[in-house]
Amino acid sequence: MRQVGIVGIGTTSFGNLSAYKLQEILAWSACEAMEDAGVKKGGIDQVIVGNMSAGLFNHQVGVESAMVSILHLEPAMAERVSNGPASGSSAVKLAYTTIASGLADVVLVTGGEQMRKLSGWEATDVVAAMTHPDAEYPYGVTLPALAGMFTRAYMAKYGLTGDQLAHLAVKAHGNAIHNRWAHTQTRADHAALTSSPDAPVINPMVAEPLRFSEVCPVSDGSASLILCALEVADRFKRPPIVIKGIGSATDTHCVHNRANLLELSAVRLAAERALKMAKLGVGDIDIAQLHDAFLILELVLAEEVGFFERGKAIEAVLRGETKPDGRLPINTDGGLKGRGHPVGGTGVSQIYELVKQLRREAEPERQVKKDAKVGMAVNFGGFGNNVVCTVVAKQ
Amino acid sequence: MQPGMEMEMKLRPPAMELPPYPPKFITLADGSKLVIRPITREEIPTILETIVPLIQVERDFYDIVAARFYSEMLGILRYRVKDGFCLVGTIDGEIASICNSRLINPKQGMSYHTMTIDRGLRCGAQMFAAKMEYHIEILGQEEVFIVAESPIGFRRWMIEYELEYRPEIWHELGGPPTYVLTRELYFKAKDRLVTGTRPVPPELLKTADKLILPREYPQLPGWKR
Repeated sequence: MRQVGIVGIGTTSFGNLSAYKLQEILAWSACEAMEDAGVKKGGIDQVIVGNMSAGLFNHQVGVESAMVSILHLEPAMAERVSNGPASGSSAVKLAYTTIASGLADVVLVTGGEQMRKLSGWEATDVVAAMTHPDAEYPYGVTLPALAGMFTRAYMAKYGLTGDQLAHLAVKAHGNAIHNRWAHTQTRADHAALTSSPDAPVINPMVAEPLRFSEVCPVSDGSASLILCALEVADRFKRPPIVIKGIGSATDTHCVHNRANLLELSAVRLAAERALKMAKLGVGDIDIAQLHDAFLILELVLAEEVGFFERGKAIEAVLRGETKPDGRLPINTDGGLKGRGHPVGGTGVSQIYELVKQLRREAEPERQVKKDAKVGMAVNFGGFGNNVVCTVVAKQ
Repeated sequence: MQPGMEMEMKLRPPAMELPPYPPKFITLADGSKLVIRPITREEIPTILETIVPLIQVERDFYDIVAARFYSEMLGILRYRVKDGFCLVGTIDGEIASICNSRLINPKQGMSYHTMTIDRGLRCGAQMFAAKMEYHIEILGQEEVFIVAESPIGFRRWMIEYELEYRPEIWHELGGPPTYVLTRELYFKAKDRLVTGTRPVPPELLKTADKLILPREYPQLPGWKR
């Protein structure tokens, strides 16, 4: 198989982009990525769009064709990949295999979603439609509800408190305000979120025990990457960041069918597979992007991957180890909570951030202090039933 | 009487004596303090100046809300709106959010608009809550007529307060169907949606004494005052 690298990156701002059309949002980051890489006319062999559900969010299908058209990329091949909130990473995975197999040399991968044409309630319902159609969705299950249940179980087993969880919100906001593309552009104050007399109103319960500040916003946005075979990387103006490993795995569709509610085996397997392919160990990871649609997931994913013992990740957070100047920076762009979560775009934007950090081009306040060489992204589909892990590294 | 005042007095609506809205403060998610207080007639020009830059912002219906807010405040300033009031929310003295309303009669209120400059901290939700608090708890009204001109407003007011749908009622803003906040609905929602501390410590209240015009508008990237 051929080796594959990332030679261009682009992103939109995340937030409310309802004034635009979906294909415009996708094209925005794609243009940036092509500009970043220095792609010449006719230089894209294949377009792959990661998008969870334009059909339901925008009443639009064939977004890959709309994007090729708006960017005049004909006659490039084009496909759309849908894997829930892991659509972006699955799109990267397909791009990787397309190049590695020799089917294409250069692939534009764009992940994006436009969710805010709908109300928050409607968007939550669209996302909930990926739960089991017979055993979960008809009973009113939503992703925040599953996360609330999961958080409660985790708190009961490991003694995590709401007060501790709020520190993650402070970290997410603290990173996001230094990310000019992030949806959230306000600081979070721990006392204001937890102990102020106004806290119950300004930071209400969303899915007990998860509060408003512990749940990601509903966002529009897209991110793009230019992937190429390393043997043609000299066509481009940026040195490649190499995709060293990709792993994915599934778990039971119904959360209640799992032997242990608190074990996210698809996360563990996806990370193991990605690290095995990369011939690296978990200790080799310098920086991570973990899918914190609900803040509890940053802890659990970090533990499941093997960064910390079960129940211990919060201690590392409280010691500052996961801040940009810490031992293992996590979610330096604000994560899904701070940067935002346009579902199909998240996986690509996680890798966008890793490339930005490995190139040392992030804003100084959130640029990791250590000389990071290897990064990992974990993109979480469903409630952990379809997970993709990607490991990238400097060449 | 000054020349012309006789006619002027005929044009002015009769006014009720309204008990003042006691200032309060709310600690926002970022730790900043939102001080909410009523404005004086002398401060209306500052409110008008605050509104003007937003009159041409189409996004989220700021244009229609700003244009109407401006005319309502001008109506209050020029004595053409009966029993109108305006509350201002400041952070470190800078205007972050405003809302206005009026009384139809001692029992019924007519909610006008709520507009937030400093977004992302839910100031608008707190200003609307303060306005309803004034109508129901301080003015002792039975119900407030409310319409929404933007999806954000509809979600914040109609859905979160579970307002009563009464499209047969005429609202002065015309067009959108009228919903009603009754005393019962207000007190049902109060614990969940209304907050704030009184009295405001003098030092903090002093920061809101002299209104500072917004220096920037997130709705207008790059715009600076």
